[in-house]
Amino acid sequence: MSENKFRVVSRPVRKKDAMQLLLGKPAYVDDVTPHDCLVVKVLRSPHAHALIEEINTDIAMKVPRIACVFTYKDVPQKRFTMAGQTFPEPSPYDRLILDRRVRFVGDAVAIVAGESEKAVDKALKLIKVKYQVLEPVLDIHTAKNNKILVHPEDSWRSLCPVGADNQRNLCASESCGDGDVDAVLASCDEVVDHVYHTKACQQAMMETFRTYTEIDHYGRLHIISSTQIVFHVRRIIANALDIPKSKIHVEKPRIGGGFGAKQTVVAEVYPALVTWKTGKPAKMIYTREECQIAGSPRHEMEVHVRVGANRDGVIRAIDVYTLSNTGAFGEHGPTTVGLSGHKSIPLYTGNLEAFRFAYDVVYTNMQAAGAYRGYGATQGIFAVESAVSELADRLGIDPVAIREKNMVREGQVMTAYYNEQADACALDRCMERCKEIFGWDEKYPVRDMGNGKVRTAGVAMAMQGSGISGVDVGSATIKLSDEGFYNLMIGAADMGTGCDTILAQMAAECLDCSLEDIAVFGADSDASPYDSGSYASSTTYVTGKAVEKACEQLKENICAVAADLLNCKPDELEFAGRAVRRIDGTGEVSLFDIATKSMCGNSTAVEATVSHSSPISPPPFMVGMVEIELDRETGQVDVLDYAAVVDCGTPVNPNLARVQTEGGIVQGIGMALFEDVTYEPTGRIVENSFMQYKIPTRLDMGKLRVEFESSYEQSGPFGAKSIGEIVINTPSPAIAHAIAHATGVWHRELPITPEKVLRGIRKGQE
Amino acid sequence: MLTIGQYVRPESLDEAYALCQKKNNVVLGGMLWLKMQHRNVGTAIDLCGLGLDRIEEDENEYRIGAMVPLRALEQHAGLAALTGGAMEEAVRHIVGVQFRNCATVGGSLWGRFGFSDVLTLFLALDATVTLHHAGEMPLADFAALPRTTRDILTQVTVPKAPRRVAYQSQRNISTDFPVLTCALSEREGTYTCVIGARPMPAVAFADEGGVLAQGITEDSARAFAEDIASRVALGGNTRASADYRREICKVLVRRAALALSKEG
Amino acid sequence: MEIKLTLNGKPVTASIDADTLLIDFVRDHGCYSVKRGCETANCGLCTVLMDGTPVLSCSVLAARAAGHHVQTLEGLQEEAEDFVGFIADQGAEQCGFCNPGFVMNTIALLRENPDPTDDEIRAYLAGNLCRCSGYEGQLRGIRAYLDSRKGAQA
Repeated sequence: MSENKFRVVSRPVRKKDAMQLLLGKPAYVDDVTPHDCLVVKVLRSPHAHALIEEINTDIAMKVPRIACVFTYKDVPQKRFTMAGQTFPEPSPYDRLILDRRVRFVGDAVAIVAGESEKAVDKALKLIKVKYQVLEPVLDIHTAKNNKILVHPEDSWRSLCPVGADNQRNLCASESCGDGDVDAVLASCDEVVDHVYHTKACQQAMMETFRTYTEIDHYGRLHIISSTQIVFHVRRIIANALDIPKSKIHVEKPRIGGGFGAKQTVVAEVYPALVTWKTGKPAKMIYTREECQIAGSPRHEMEVHVRVGANRDGVIRAIDVYTLSNTGAFGEHGPTTVGLSGHKSIPLYTGNLEAFRFAYDVVYTNMQAAGAYRGYGATQGIFAVESAVSELADRLGIDPVAIREKNMVREGQVMTAYYNEQADACALDRCMERCKEIFGWDEKYPVRDMGNGKVRTAGVAMAMQGSGISGVDVGSATIKLSDEGFYNLMIGAADMGTGCDTILAQMAAECLDCSLEDIAVFGADSDASPYDSGSYASSTTYVTGKAVEKACEQLKENICAVAADLLNCKPDELEFAGRAVRRIDGTGEVSLFDIATKSMCGNSTAVEATVSHSSPISPPPFMVGMVEIELDRETGQVDVLDYAAVVDCGTPVNPNLARVQTEGGIVQGIGMALFEDVTYEPTGRIVENSFMQYKIPTRLDMGKLRVEFESSYEQSGPFGAKSIGEIVINTPSPAIAHAIAHATGVWHRELPITPEKVLRGIRKGQE
Repeated sequence: MLTIGQYVRPESLDEAYALCQKKNNVVLGGMLWLKMQHRNVGTAIDLCGLGLDRIEEDENEYRIGAMVPLRALEQHAGLAALTGGAMEEAVRHIVGVQFRNCATVGGSLWGRFGFSDVLTLFLALDATVTLHHAGEMPLADFAALPRTTRDILTQVTVPKAPRRVAYQSQRNISTDFPVLTCALSEREGTYTCVIGARPMPAVAFADEGGVLAQGITEDSARAFAEDIASRVALGGNTRASADYRREICKVLVRRAALALSKEG
Repeated sequence: MEIKLTLNGKPVTASIDADTLLIDFVRDHGCYSVKRGCETANCGLCTVLMDGTPVLSCSVLAARAAGHHVQTLEGLQEEAEDFVGFIADQGAEQCGFCNPGFVMNTIALLRENPDPTDDEIRAYLAGNLCRCSGYEGQLRGIRAYLDSRKGAQA
């Protein structure tokens, strides 16, 4: 890595909250909110599709200590979306808090609140529901234009032109392209043409969804929630309850992991309704089972890829069609799907003559999907990267070489990425370095270990974005406080990623002070400056830039106060960290004195708020290489070694960037090998607990090695791009690639379980 | 959700036995599986005050109290020596150390769970169990008893007779339930091969055809594995199909046999 | 029913339901470090020490803990402070929700085996799930602590 020209940025400093968290101090929703509030639980549908014919709550209401039982008869009738997106949301307004029609096994039927968990559990059992059971839509292939409609209701609304049509079970549909893809493919020497299937994997953050609500002393609804999106929660809850936004105040304490799950308002509506109707404090804590069956998982997708190349390995055309399953509701349906093409095809901008990308997003009577790290890019990259590796095999070209030949390089215009130019792109250096540290030439393709075991290697590239261009807003307020420390107020949400610390590092860099001089506060819809929230890999890049700009503005204000003290004009002064100096060297005033002055006879606010939005979304890039050991007798796959090299622009905190990468890789390994989602014919999910939904333990991930090859993104703060999401994208295609070299079989459906591997080997032997 | 009306620590096994005659009452093991059930228990009977958490031995046998946690089995030097490390191998994959500190050998065997590594291994060790009322019986006989039996498992006894043991299991992911388990033991030329997680409870097979009678070689191990795999009833569940289990069965039994031969 | 036990060194007498779980009992007594991450005894977040042995407090009846010494991270701050700074130096705490269970089990590991190998660390902590860190940073932190201790002894 090049020499660090920064003082605080690019340093592996400790996270500001690290020691408190490691020592188990109370920090999360259930630790910091009252325990004598109402317990809120939801009665859930046993049917995938049904109409409630009768619902009797009389007996349930008679259970001692029960405060209220609500059904579809008790909720506002304006539809809304739970998706945490900027208004007007691309996600359709297809929800009511409770609906007469239930649309998946686990859909909410009634809300019960009471003074004890036991009372609520008892009442739940005593609610009598008579369902008219309807035939469900459980096959994504027949969902579109099916005569059975998931959302037949007239009140369904789509706010944005995304090709949605509830009368066709369509949540979104679109097509775009450049050049004549069919003609170019027809003239290619080799075309790989396959369909790749990924499941509705769960974020499985350790802290389940949870929300506390109360009426504050102004009569407003005060929501303390584990959320990535305090401002969106305000709007969504106001829409759901059909009350003015001004009536709602949302804050988040520490969050026990999000990964996108908490970019959807999953739990908040239930206690909010209870508190708004009863005036009493209430809390809802999702069980792990509820997270698994009624959460906001990744969109299941089938990605049909056609990649065409000449004999020499020049990739000339890519055609992608994605069929995405949004489940019973459309949260993030119209947007996740876009990334499956727009963040996979541009990886091969190098020689690309034509591309086409089309998609349908369908409603089904399955668990509604949401936002999960990678947000569609993960699914698309599994497909395109697998296809390219297969293409390399068919052409007899090393899979690293074919990528080097075709990958996007700095300065190129990515037609499949909204014609953005790759201004900062070290993908070539990532590949070169990864190859070196991994030992690609020694490990590829196959080493026979005897005893039926073989070791093989696989490779994949990835990209993502840095915020949503032209949409995401990041803001920062920074103010000078007593004795010369600073308060930094943000609306972005640190969900463990360390953004509080990263943004403070930037502020400390700008203000030439130490990290300890920056106190961070966030996020709070009343007190924080507006921020879209922490998603879409936006916080470092978008909010970070806002911090940088706010600091510059604050320095001017500070100089204005100093000018008063030094009896000169502000433009005769320069900000020098702990003091403000006259440029001519004839005097200075300490920050301490300026802070003191700011609180006495002062009329210049030593505070600045700046909002920032970026017209572009510069992609981070990454290369991952994996070595596996595969037991050809049992089909078991052990990950031995995973090397990754990432270009996230300037890593603002190399430790946190590394741990993000390691964590993302292990989630990706889980997706590739273990994390399955299967439905019974009734529409019930089998993997409804950590006993059945197996996320990797520390015995399942081998050795991880992460390095950075930095580019410098001019539009980002200190050259930074993003890192949060891209890191989950390489394991699935890299592992599938390695398995193909160990068995001769390409697996195009995840997860690749030992049984599937062995079945593949047996089939190959026949 | 599990509810419990009353919690009792009996001072004698007789008292515990009397309590457990009521259908609504339950003897607590490690609580791990019980806790996940949706049921209303009248009285929870906790045997923790009866000294059943000890492993005792004399020159002929190990007597393992029902309340001994799996972690203690894993760490016991005598059992390690007796089983050639198979005891640790059989339990080390079970979730995690904290789980194995809670889970008891009595609870594991009483449940006769289909997925049980513990049942698989103990069946291969010619273990007996002692029920407070019914007395001592071979573990295999106990495994066949109806689950409605209202008795209390107080002890597992493992004879010290020298034997060779090998344990193999296949899992989709490290600490998950097994897809198949296999324990193979040899004592004075007699082989016992136990297959568990079928996914039905473990069952024991003898080398009826004498396939290994002339010693374990690559060929005889393979033939023995084929033989067992052809005899064992296997089923499918979410973790694997019956067909996959049959394939794996051949591999695990063969590997167990070869491991046994290496033990010498 | 009434129970007596020692919680973080202090005698506690409390009236509980027969089915009160130890995790709920200790949280009711202010030990908020103890977290619930699942209902199936799979995650390790609720790890406490009972008579020095790490157990899952989600699966132990409070009644069964009667007469025993129960320790949570609130009662082991000094022992934890010895090494958690090394985890912080890796940034491996991340969201922090799994940290108390992980730290408690690491304490148990280091008491039982003061100089574990990397494989022994992985095996002992296998029942502590973490979704953020990918585990490698936790391992680096523990390793750095062990190395520093050796350095101090040398």
